[in-house]
Amino acid sequence: MTLNTTRRKFLSGAGAALSVFVIGLNPKGVLATTSASGGNITPFLTIAEDGTVTAIIKHFEGGQGVSTGLSALIAEEMNMALEDIQWEHAPSDPSRYANLFFGGFQGTGGSTAMANSFIQYRTAAAAAKEMLLAAAAEAWGVDASTLSLSEGLILGAEQQAGIGDFVAAAGAMQVPEAPTLKDPSEFRIIGKEIRARRDTADKINGQAKYAMDVQLEGQMVVALKRAPKYGAKVASFDDSAAREVPGFIMAHTLPTGDAVMAYAQTTWAAFQARDALEIEWDMANAETRNSAAIKEELLGMVRTEPQFTGSATDLATASKAIDGSAKVVEREFYFPMLAHAPMEPMGATIEPTADGGVIMHDGAQFPTANNMVLGQVLELPPEKIQVNTLYAGGFFGRRATPNSDYVVEAALAFATTDRTRPVKLVWSREDDITGGYYRPAMAHRVRVGLDANGAIVGWDHRVAGQSIFKGTAFEPMIVRNGVDHSSVEGIADGAYTIPTQHVGLTDAVPATTVNWWRSVGHSHTGYVMEVMMDLLAEAAGADPVEYRLRYLDETNPDGARMATTLRLAAEKAGWGNDLPQGRARGIAAHKSFGSYCAMVCEISTDADGVVKIENVTAAIDCGIAVTPDVVRAQIEGGIGYGMGHVMRDQITLEDGAVYEQNFPDYEPLRMRDIAEVKVYIVPSTEAPTGVGEPGTPPAGPALANAIAAASGKRVTHLPMTSSDVEFA
Amino acid sequence: MTISLKINGALKEVDPAPGTPLLWVLREELAMTGTKFGCGVAACGACTVHIDGVAERSCQALAEDLEGSEITTIEAIGSSPAGAAVQKAWTELDVVQCGYCQSGQIMSAVKLLNDIANPTDQDIDDYMDGNACRCATYVRIRAAIHRAADIMEG
Repeated sequence: MTLNTTRRKFLSGAGAALSVFVIGLNPKGVLATTSASGGNITPFLTIAEDGTVTAIIKHFEGGQGVSTGLSALIAEEMNMALEDIQWEHAPSDPSRYANLFFGGFQGTGGSTAMANSFIQYRTAAAAAKEMLLAAAAEAWGVDASTLSLSEGLILGAEQQAGIGDFVAAAGAMQVPEAPTLKDPSEFRIIGKEIRARRDTADKINGQAKYAMDVQLEGQMVVALKRAPKYGAKVASFDDSAAREVPGFIMAHTLPTGDAVMAYAQTTWAAFQARDALEIEWDMANAETRNSAAIKEELLGMVRTEPQFTGSATDLATASKAIDGSAKVVEREFYFPMLAHAPMEPMGATIEPTADGGVIMHDGAQFPTANNMVLGQVLELPPEKIQVNTLYAGGFFGRRATPNSDYVVEAALAFATTDRTRPVKLVWSREDDITGGYYRPAMAHRVRVGLDANGAIVGWDHRVAGQSIFKGTAFEPMIVRNGVDHSSVEGIADGAYTIPTQHVGLTDAVPATTVNWWRSVGHSHTGYVMEVMMDLLAEAAGADPVEYRLRYLDETNPDGARMATTLRLAAEKAGWGNDLPQGRARGIAAHKSFGSYCAMVCEISTDADGVVKIENVTAAIDCGIAVTPDVVRAQIEGGIGYGMGHVMRDQITLEDGAVYEQNFPDYEPLRMRDIAEVKVYIVPSTEAPTGVGEPGTPPAGPALANAIAAASGKRVTHLPMTSSDVEFA
Repeated sequence: MTISLKINGALKEVDPAPGTPLLWVLREELAMTGTKFGCGVAACGACTVHIDGVAERSCQALAEDLEGSEITTIEAIGSSPAGAAVQKAWTELDVVQCGYCQSGQIMSAVKLLNDIANPTDQDIDDYMDGNACRCATYVRIRAAIHRAADIMEG
């Protein structure tokens, strides 16, 4: 998903934050809930009478570190230690917890969590601080300006007291309309080297609770036997073998006709019963193609005139410039479908409540979508639906889809019962790997014309693949003039200034369901742009770093920030220094989600050409790095995610059915694959931008460019293992 | 079938259907959900526990075969010297991201340190190879295992 995170948008977001905050603080609203057990000073934090401060985190914690990042904002403005902030997930309530970049919608994605919360959470904490000080000043009969707040204590007037003593009084106070935020020069948490992830303690002793861990009294577990091919429907089924499974309860066709549901007392029994179902499928409208054929279709599309134009420059103008150039560099690229495969397979539990409503327990990426689905499927009014957000065992985009796939399944599974028992939907890993919602397969063809000095004079860039957003509720936000921007993002809107560039797009016929996958379109466009830049540098006889810098216009912020980031990565990696025999380096740089990321990958190759990734040195400019160690962790993870998939992963179809089933055929990155990763942060005073996704796009091409430096082999069809690259 | 399992030092009476993997007995019958389901085919390591001191994938170990065995899970690993050191190192280095694989990572890391007090990078690659982390926290896991070895050395 491409979201505008420019400065202007950011500031308008801050304005929206203030209005949310004021609503939340209306004495008739949330503030009025102050009670003996604790007070909601704002929607974003509570303070108990023992002084415990609890951050209410509006984004789900799926490993990206948002619980730490938003807690740090509160710790900063309230002068507390980060370690002293407790936290919990916010309820599903977009009136208070909307993502400010998603309209009135509560949800996590597009690497926006910090960017949209930075002012909002600081404002909430600063207001709470001012109200506590005002309450203490009134109690002590002094001016509030003589008091200070530090480490949970109010100090001054020759006395001190814990903030808990003033919660009730502060809760009844007038809310400051524009509390004073700290000047960045006063920061003692934000941007500082503190390692205090707020989710570590739960995750090292088995106590963290994920959707998979929900166990309610009397619950049924449901597992689905899904259509073996996209478009197939259930014709009939026989559950006589399933009935022999101890713990089996019943089986029903999913009301969409896409699967048969096996209900059982336990997950193991549900899986056994599911596997025992005999199903007749109606294959009349089922996909029948092979991946090899789909690949040829996509490559055929980029060899002909594109369906849509996604650039100001048209094809004829670019072609003319290229045809008249001194040298043409041309390549085709192919990217396979990819599964997200987070460690926790999908699933959620619906619990009936005494008043006829429901609670959904879910690692909810889009809580507002959960509410909408439950309301529609179960025909319940909004006040009877609650969403209990739990930890997510990774997501990479998968826990949200345009049609809320597994949330709908859970709702239908519950709706098919008498609604007296909780129903827990559990996906197996095979469901996850074969179940669709993939990064779509994409083809690119790029023709670039160079003049005698190696300068770019024209660039024709054609893309083909299945649209993620067309036909979904998100289409109006993303699709312009027929172009699904998520298919071409990162080509014309990157940090480079490229003359006479045409971008064309052709939509492919759907072969399966597709979805946003960590870094979305950048997951393929970043690879193409950065392999092309390396090829062009080679054609121009230039150093790859120096050549890229020629196209980073440092008179504009985009170019300047990318150039600084590129130089930092190159310098830290010792770019240009001699390497031992058998070693080689590659570099790549890509802007996405408002952030600038560059990295150098160093590989070794043995006598047989077997490749080992020795180290990766990355630089990231994400504006103010609120919690630098979390930023580094996200870039480390983004690199691993990017490299692991380009190395050896693909989802393929055989006669329309997904071939890969589980991790042995969709092999994750392993410990041995990358020996070392170092991440450096560009110092910045700009507003925070994304870190969850920007590490992924440059990872693949940095590796590809290292392989090219070692062997001359340019890998343009992925995964690399299918292009005869062997890894140690 | 009623069987008696010794888990984290305590005997537990359980009644699983024949053929039920230990993973599901732990998670659903005993509500010990720290041991995770990731793949069900011993390919990800999220369900790793110790059975008689050996790191095993509990999705492949049948509960009915384990009477008389000493089973240790993530919930109790912190009470062993290596377990405590690993948890401390994991905390110092903020290893976790989503955390879903970390129970298994920690169980494998503890086994490694029980076998080899000062593991090399190659030892770490060998012992941790079966534990997948989709968040790619590997570089921190590696550093934290070295750190845990230092902590244990004192």
